Amino acid sequence: MGTGNGRAESRPERRHRLKTPLIEVAILSPLMNAHAQLRANLVLASRFENIEVAERALVDLCRRAGCADDEEYWLVTALREAVANAVRHGNQQDPDRCVRVAYTISNSTVTIRVEDEGHGFDPADIPDPTDPENLLRPSGRGIFYMRQFMNRVDFGSTAAGGTAVVMVKDLASNDKDHPGV
Amino acid sequence: MKSNIRDVGDTRIIELGGKITIGTGDVRIRELISQALDDSKKDILFDLGDVTAIDSSGIGEMVACYTTVTKRGGQLKLMHLSPKINDILQVTQLITVFEVFDDEREALGSF
Repeated sequence: MGTGNGRAESRPERRHRLKTPLIEVAILSPLMNAHAQLRANLVLASRFENIEVAERALVDLCRRAGCADDEEYWLVTALREAVANAVRHGNQQDPDRCVRVAYTISNSTVTIRVEDEGHGFDPADIPDPTDPENLLRPSGRGIFYMRQFMNRVDFGSTAAGGTAVVMVKDLASNDKDHPGV
Repeated sequence: MKSNIRDVGDTRIIELGGKITIGTGDVRIRELISQALDDSKKDILFDLGDVTAIDSSGIGEMVACYTTVTKRGGQLKLMHLSPKINDILQVTQLITVFEVFDDEREALGSF
C-alpha cells in the first residue's frame, strides 16, 4: 500500500495495476486540515483480503482522532460488512472491479462511504433477520449489523449504477452499553 | 483464525481464536464441523474465548453449523463469549437460538 497525494490516477494505469498484486491500489492520505477534519480514500480490488486494508485505514484514522476503543470496534464491524457486501454482492468478487472507500472524521462524526461497481440493489428486499422465521437463515445480517452499529446508513446509486452506501456515526452519542445506539 | 480441537468424553470442544470473518474464518468453522461429524462427534462446543471479531458471514456459518449438527441429531453450543461477541448475538436475537455457557464443566454437563 502506497501513500499518495490524493490525486486520482489515470484509469489505464489503475486497471493495469489491478490485475497483479494482492492489494492493488490504495490511495491513503489522511490529512488534518484547517477544519480539524481527517480524510482518507481507498480504491481496492474486489478481494476479501482487502477488507483488512480498509480496516487498517479506519483504525489509523480512529486513533488519530482519539476514538474510544469501543467506538473503533463497532465502526470497524460496520465497515467490514459494507466492504464485504461491495466485494461479494456488488462486484461479484471480480478483482477487476473496484471498491472505493472514503472516510471522513469531522466534528466528532465519522462518515464512511463505500461504493461498488455492481448493478445496485434495493435494501428493502432484504428480510428482517430477527424475524423468527429468518433466525436460522445463514445470510442476510450484514446490513442489519451496519444499521445497529452506526447512527445512520443510507443506500444510493453511483453515477455508473453501482451501490453507494453512506454510514454515519456520531461519536458523542456512543453508548458503550448499547453499541450503535 | 486459529483453531484447536480436543475431545472430552463424547463432546468435541472446538477452540477458536482471532477473526471469524468472510473468506477464511467462516470456511474454516464449516470444515471443523464437517470433521467432527466425520469423527462421529455430534455434541460440539465452540469455545469463543479468544475470538476477537465475528462478522455476518461468520455468524451465518455458525447458524448453518447449528442447523447441520441438529439435523444429524447432535447439539452445538457456545462457551466463553466476550461482551462484544455477546452483543453481536444479542442484536440479531441469536442468543435465543444458541445455548451459551461461561463454565466448561457446566457446558459439558449439559449435553
